[in-house]
This record gives sequence, C-alpha cells and structure tokens, in this order.
Amino acid sequence: MSSVKIKLNPAEVEKLKEVCASFGNQSGELINVLHKAQSIFGYLPAEVQEIVAQELNVPVAKVYGVVTFYSFFTMIPKGQHPISVCTGTACYVRGAEKVLDEFKRRLKIEVGETSADGKFSLSCLRCVGACGLAPVVLVGEKVYGRVSADGVADILAEYE
Amino acid sequence: MEFVNLTIDNKTVKVEKGTSILKAARSVGIDIPTLCYMSLGDMNIENKPGGCRICVVEVEGRKNLAPACCTDAHTDMVIKTNTMRVLNARRTVLELILSDHPADCLICAKSGNCELQDMAHKLGVREIHYKGEMSTYKPDKSPSIIRDMDKCIMCRRCEMMCNQVQTVGALWGINRGFEAVVSPAFEMDLEKSTCTYCGQCVAVCPTGALTEVDHTNQVIRALADPNKTVVVQTAPAVRAALGEEFGLKPGTLVTGKMAAALRRLGFDFVFDTDFAADLTIMEEGTELLDRLGKFLNGDKEVKLPILTSCCPGWVNFFEKQFPEMKDIPSTARSPQQMFGAIAKTYFAEKIQTKREDMVVVSVMPCLAKKYECQRDEFATDGNPDVDFSISTRELANLIKGANIDFNLLPDEDFDNPMGDSTGAAVIFGTTGGVIEAAVRSAYELHTKKKLEKVDFEQLRGLEGVREATIDFDGLPIRIGIAHGLGNARKLLEDIKAGKSDFHAIEIMACPGGCIGGGGQPLHHGDSSILKARQIAIYQEDKNKPIRKSHENPFIIKLYEEYLGHPMSEKAHHLLHTHYFDKKNEFLIE
Repeated sequence: MSSVKIKLNPAEVEKLKEVCASFGNQSGELINVLHKAQSIFGYLPAEVQEIVAQELNVPVAKVYGVVTFYSFFTMIPKGQHPISVCTGTACYVRGAEKVLDEFKRRLKIEVGETSADGKFSLSCLRCVGACGLAPVVLVGEKVYGRVSADGVADILAEYE
Repeated sequence: MEFVNLTIDNKTVKVEKGTSILKAARSVGIDIPTLCYMSLGDMNIENKPGGCRICVVEVEGRKNLAPACCTDAHTDMVIKTNTMRVLNARRTVLELILSDHPADCLICAKSGNCELQDMAHKLGVREIHYKGEMSTYKPDKSPSIIRDMDKCIMCRRCEMMCNQVQTVGALWGINRGFEAVVSPAFEMDLEKSTCTYCGQCVAVCPTGALTEVDHTNQVIRALADPNKTVVVQTAPAVRAALGEEFGLKPGTLVTGKMAAALRRLGFDFVFDTDFAADLTIMEEGTELLDRLGKFLNGDKEVKLPILTSCCPGWVNFFEKQFPEMKDIPSTARSPQQMFGAIAKTYFAEKIQTKREDMVVVSVMPCLAKKYECQRDEFATDGNPDVDFSISTRELANLIKGANIDFNLLPDEDFDNPMGDSTGAAVIFGTTGGVIEAAVRSAYELHTKKKLEKVDFEQLRGLEGVREATIDFDGLPIRIGIAHGLGNARKLLEDIKAGKSDFHAIEIMACPGGCIGGGGQPLHHGDSSILKARQIAIYQEDKNKPIRKSHENPFIIKLYEEYLGHPMSEKAHHLLHTHYFDKKNEFLIE
C-alpha cells in the first residue's frame, strides 16, 4: 500500500464520480467501476479505491479485496511506455520467456513493476491474436513481431 | 413443505428439501467433521464457503467428492461419509492445511481450545507428508485484538461475522491463491480500519489467528504490588458463562464462586459492575425522561430516539460509520467506566487512598472494553479510571494459574459499597436487558406509580430486531432493540431517513448481547449455549430481592453522599461523556 497521500487530479476525481453515478452507484457494479477507474487513472491507488468505496457504499476492504484478486487491476502506476510481453502459447513456445527475461534484466524490474524513472512498466498478456508474428511485444499501442532477446535493446532505444 | 428421502451410511434419512447433506447427516447422528463451516442457527448466522473441504463425502454416481456443508440433499442420493476414499481425502486436505500452519501449539494462546488442533487429533494425523513454502504476514496488535495471520486457515468465518452479521467491513479476503488472506484494506493495521473491536471475529476464529490482547500479567503484577489497592468489577454476563471454563453446564450461574475466586486471587475489594449498571440506569433513565419531557412539551430540537451507550463496540461503530449521529446516543458512560470513575473518586476518598495507588480491574465478556478503558477521555492526569480490562476467558486463566479449584469454592458475596446491585442491573448482560432495566425505573419515576409487574416479556428474546410499545400510564412509549451491528445499522438508517418512530432504542454490538460477547468462553458455533446463558441471566434477576435500579440502597446513598442527583454537575463530570467523529479522514479534499 502507499503510505504517502497522493494528490489526485480533481478533474479526474470528478470523472470517477460520474462513472460511479453512471452505474447507479450500485455495489454490484464494483468491477465495472474499477475497470473504468483504472482507465481514467492508469492504476488504482488507495485514494481511488476509497472514493469508489464511498460512492458505491461498500467497505474499502472489499474494494481492496477485489483489486488484489484480479490480475488486471494494479495499484502500481503504469510507466510512460507500458511494455506487454505476450506469453500466450504460440509466443511462449517461440521464446517469449527469454524476451521477457531480457526486459527484466535491462529495466531492473519484475513483471507488474515500473522502472524507477517512471518511463517503462512491464506486464505479461495472453495472446493478442497475432500468433503468426510470435513472439509479440506491445509498447503502448505499437506492436513488435518476431522479437528476440537480442532485439530488446533496440526496442528500448526507440523510447530513450 | 417438500421432503426428500436419501441414504447416508446405509441409514434412510428424510429431510426438508434444500437441507444440506451435512445437516441431513447430523439429524440422524452422523457427525461429519467440519472446519470452516459454522452455524448459529437461532440467529440465522451461517458460514459455509465450502473452502476447507474437510466435510467431503462420497455421493454414488458422482465423480468427485462433494462438500457436505454446501451440497443439498436430493431424493435417492446414496451417500457414504466414511469410505477409504473419503478418509484419505479428508486427511490429505488436513495435512495440506497443516503444512502451511506454524506448529507452535505448545505456546499458542488458542491451544486446548483450537478447532484445527482438535481436527488433527480427531483424524489421527501423526505425520505431515507435505513440505513447502509457509505464509508469513506481519503481526498486527490493536488495543483489543491480535492478528497472527500465519495461523489463518482461510475459513472466512471472521469475514462473514465482520461483514454479513456486523456490517463493520473491516476484514475482507484479499489476494489470491497461496497469498490469499483475510485483512483490513491495504493491509493496514486493524486499529486504522473501521474495526469496532466487537471481537466477534475472535469469538469464531477456529485457530490462533485472532486472539485478544492478554492483560493477565499486568493484573498479576498489580496484585503482587503491596502499595496498590486493587479493586475488581465483574460484568453481568461473566457470571453466566465463566463456569463453562471449568466444565460446568452452559447457563450455570457462578456469581458466588466467582466472588470467592476473585478474593482468593488477592483483590482487595471484590465489587460488581452491576452496581454501576444501576447507576447507568439512574443517569440514562433520567436523560431519557428529560428528552421525552422536552419532546412532549413541543421542543423541536430534542434528539429522539435516545440510544443506549453502554456497549463500547456500538460506540465505536457509530463514531466510525455514523459520526453525523453522534448527538443521538445517551451521554451516559458505560457501566465499566462509571464504575472506574466512582471507584477512583468516591470510594478512593472513603478508604483514603490516592487514585495513583488504586488499580481498577474489570472482568468483561467483551474485547472492546479493553479499548474503551484506554480512551483518553476516561483518564485523569494520565491515570485511567479503569486500568485493565480482562475477558471472561482471561479470568478463567488467572484462576487456573493460581491453583484455585473453582468448583469446590464456596459461594461468597461481593464487598460493599460497590458490590450491591438489583435484578435490573443483571439483565444488562443480555439483549433487551438494558432497556428493560431503564423501563422499570423510568416508568416509576415518570408516572410516580409503583410498577406491579417488572418482567417485560415483550422486550425479551433473541430476534435480531425487536420492537414493543410500553404503556407509561396512558403514554405509549415506543421501544426498539437491536443486537448485532448489522441489525443496529438497519435502525440507524431508519432514523437517518426520518422513518423511526421510537422513543428509545437499545443497541448491543454482539449477537445475543454481552452473553455472546467477544470475550466469553468460545461457543464453537453452538447457539444453545447463548440461550442457556440468557436464561441464567433472567434467573439471576428473579433471584434478586430488589429488581429496580433506583431502589438500590447503595445507589441512593451514593447520590445522597456524593453526586447530589442524577445529571447533576458532578454526575455529568464523572458519569457522562461525549463522542467523536472517527470516520477515517477522507484522503481527497
């Protein structure tokens, strides 16, 4: 958990409250609201979870329980350039793990973490439907195909 | 009503449709073992997440074993509860649970009272065949409750009590897979969460994961100090449950033995919280009549209904979740705190002892009392009115540790002047009791007439929310009662919405009231124990020569000698309090 209070952008907070209202502030819509919240803030810090709890009238412990249960939700801010390595079956058998290890080694972070300078974050995903290009890496919206461990440095260099 | 017929271990069973296999089996004396499952049937409290898999049984025609607690019985089912396959599965499941459990039973607070330990014994586990990673979590110690989640087996009983029954929302299952555990939000300490310290999580925890903060050593130290005058008070519900710790039948009243034991432990004065309960009625009852009088005279500002304030779990609940209503509860302190305040002033003066040289110990069925006595507003110059609050269970340990054979003790009386009480005070220990005690006195004080029948059956029972109208000589007084904080929440929401027509509401945080408190001997899911304690409480009331608080001669004397009259300036200073907005500060402006 973050012990430091994060100052949220008031406009984004307003947007979050509108999202809650658009779901009728129904406690049953918690997961849907969290999805939207994460797309607004990029991640789900404690402060955002508290607002959601307040708006939907559910215990914040429950919100945290849901956030920590589903791997899609994250409490760590995404980097400026989020890197996703596909570890679906096709990519995996064609060496995705080596590619992933190279990203970890170069960025000195684990999956789910963000580099100290906030530039890159690393995550895994399962199949983007481009198995012909396996192994596939996404940086932001950009797709890289047939990536090898040797090619990782070049990809990162594009964003330095 | 529709019934189903099935066979369990070659016995024919007929049960109502929708009954679980577990209940069907138990109805014919087949005791399928359970671990995560728990039921307090009379109060509609049931935990059956089907998580532990200890209760699996073989159902003919079904490929997988079925968890008996959450599989419905169907017609023509043929069930076997003790085949080789079942026994092996059950043992494997238990060994896997034990493989991630610290094996420190010898020094665990729950040893001898642990359902996991009992299960290992019952299934005859002599070896754990699995070794692997162990879960480790940071320990969390609040003023009342200790969480040692290394010992959590994810039965989720605490989560069910905290959310479904109490609606406190402090605990929830977080993470997934091996990392899954029950925790406050953001893994913060319990103290920072919405926890009310009601202790219902502790009361149902099958292992040593949730226990109370133990104050027995501080009490022993105070008793051993020759310079301290050590005064003890015992809450009403303790006498109806303490005997269980010594093998006595639930519902056995041990008031006399308890007083004798406390004297043998070395307490200088053995007093009774019941005395302070009578005092509470004087103050709270007067406050009720005062507000009622103003209301009847057309005062629009007056806050009604008045809510009782004896229960510290309930006080924590509204301070943290309904702070906007903090002006509604009575300002009367709880009996524990009234006792402490009077002991360290009136009584200390009487025996010419300085407050620093007096130690007040309370024995409570409650864990929230531990927190309550540590609140800043209940101390003078840093010296608390009540120094230590120990639970019924802790008292039992003290008695056992002092080599006292409880069952052979004679019945003894409490000391005076703070040991004498009325029947009205005793019933504070059960849901409905505080308001019945208040009605007995308020009726006579308001109508100036003698109350012929002091038993108000319409206020009694174990129904979660109850209501009654009591005739105050032509004036109908509407009374509400809730026990369990989830039930309290319903009444609070009504008040908030302006839909409440009650004049007075009694609220107790724990199901059953103090008889079911978080500090009582563990009921292990047997609600007949709570019923037996309730019957004992009303029996004690019946046995008392005086049954109305305002007729307690020592209370009358206390007002004459010291306080003046109820709600006097001195009474306000010593016996009343105020409440705080403790809603977690919202992080965003």
